[in-house]
Amino acid sequence: MPEPPFLELRGVEKRFGDNPVLRGIDLTVAEHEVVSLIGASGSGKSTLLRCVNALEPIQAGTISLQGTVVSGKGVDVDRHRRDVGIVFQSFNLFPHMTVLQNVTLAPRQVLRLSRRQAEERADALLERVGLVEKRKQYPDSLSGGQQQRVAIVRALAMRPKLMLLDEITSALDPELVAEVLNIVRELAHEGMTMLLATHEMSFAREVSNRVCFLDAGVICEQGPPEHLFTKPTNPRTQAFLKRIIAAGRL
Amino acid sequence: MEQFLETFFSWEHFKQSFPSVVEGFKTNLSLMFVAEGCVLVWGLVLALLRSGRSRATTPLRWLTVGYIDLFRAIPGLLVIYMVGFGIPIAQVPWLSNWSLYQLAVLALTLVYGAYVAEVYRAGIEGIHWSQTAAARSLGLSQGKTMRFVVLPQAVRRVVPPLLNDFIGLQKDTAFIGIIGVLDGFRRAQIYAGTEFNLSSFTGLALCFVVITIPMTRITDHLLKRDQQRMRVGGR
Repeated sequence: MPEPPFLELRGVEKRFGDNPVLRGIDLTVAEHEVVSLIGASGSGKSTLLRCVNALEPIQAGTISLQGTVVSGKGVDVDRHRRDVGIVFQSFNLFPHMTVLQNVTLAPRQVLRLSRRQAEERADALLERVGLVEKRKQYPDSLSGGQQQRVAIVRALAMRPKLMLLDEITSALDPELVAEVLNIVRELAHEGMTMLLATHEMSFAREVSNRVCFLDAGVICEQGPPEHLFTKPTNPRTQAFLKRIIAAGRL
Repeated sequence: MEQFLETFFSWEHFKQSFPSVVEGFKTNLSLMFVAEGCVLVWGLVLALLRSGRSRATTPLRWLTVGYIDLFRAIPGLLVIYMVGFGIPIAQVPWLSNWSLYQLAVLALTLVYGAYVAEVYRAGIEGIHWSQTAAARSLGLSQGKTMRFVVLPQAVRRVVPPLLNDFIGLQKDTAFIGIIGVLDGFRRAQIYAGTEFNLSSFTGLALCFVVITIPMTRITDHLLKRDQQRMRVGGR
């Protein structure tokens, strides 16, 4: 029997009221693969990621992780979310907690690690992203880039099997983008499986094994980055990339 | 004019009545703190029942809404009177053996719990959903998300309106005299009744002012310190 795909979406549909956002998404992601979702605002990239994390219920189709269906009724979403980390565009750190508390909350409360174990794990990760000296500070005193690095560390502290990155550099000043992307690059080199929605085309091109172009809730075209960015076949992909190039973003 | 001053601000009467008024005010004071503790807990329970999302708790949610509407509509004085006089007569098991003081706590908790539940709810609903999303995405259950992420932020925001309700509660402790508790109000009334002078009430008013005003200042100070800590970063 062939091994099931690491992450598999089949015919996923999502509506907000009468407004369809995802209209039949089929997508598989292999272990250690990095897949980028590109497309205009409102094309459904973020919604897709939120569905994979069960933050949004889907109306049709299935999502499965390592052969286990993780969408629909009767699924232990809390259990599923332990395996899937997500980082948001707006960081969403907990403002009333220090950096260390932000990072150790879930390991302590969900994984039941002792305070010491959780803090050791947090410190090791913070050290890696160069923020260990900020451990006792509150998020408001950090720059956007630092906050987003903490948010990545917070997700990594759960040792997820899959990371979802939802336009994680879109809210950052241009000079802070690099420090965040460097971490993602490192994660990719270490073999972390990642699904990311991004507007950073050159980054998507560099870091991903595969790029998917979303338009109006469907994946119009997907393929290796060098293929999709240089000789796209779908006219909608061509039009989108033309606009991106005209805007100087590629 | 002289008559007016004599009636309300007679130093002689003030001096004579004040020790007794203060003695009675101690009852108001302890009632305030005990009731405020109960209200904080009861109001939170109501707010959580009301903000629950699951379908299983829908009947409970409607009951809670009804309760809150009802007790915000009934004058506090009425509730104190009905609980204080009614419960002992009605021979409710267990409850009927409560002292008048305990029944007063119960009545104030019933009324102010309803107000405070709405204050909590406003605070809970004011926390942006992205905070909940972040917590849930880490695998925290709904309960833990509420406890560690939503409530701590919500409570910080609602301290000023909460305090507002507490000032109301503190003043309403003056109503418990009507069910026969010998509090500041009753003692001032007894003095005024025999001496035909209201300076005893002036003394009581002073007691309430002295307790309430510093409390608001201290809370403001604590809030500001907390906000600064989060803004500048810990030491």
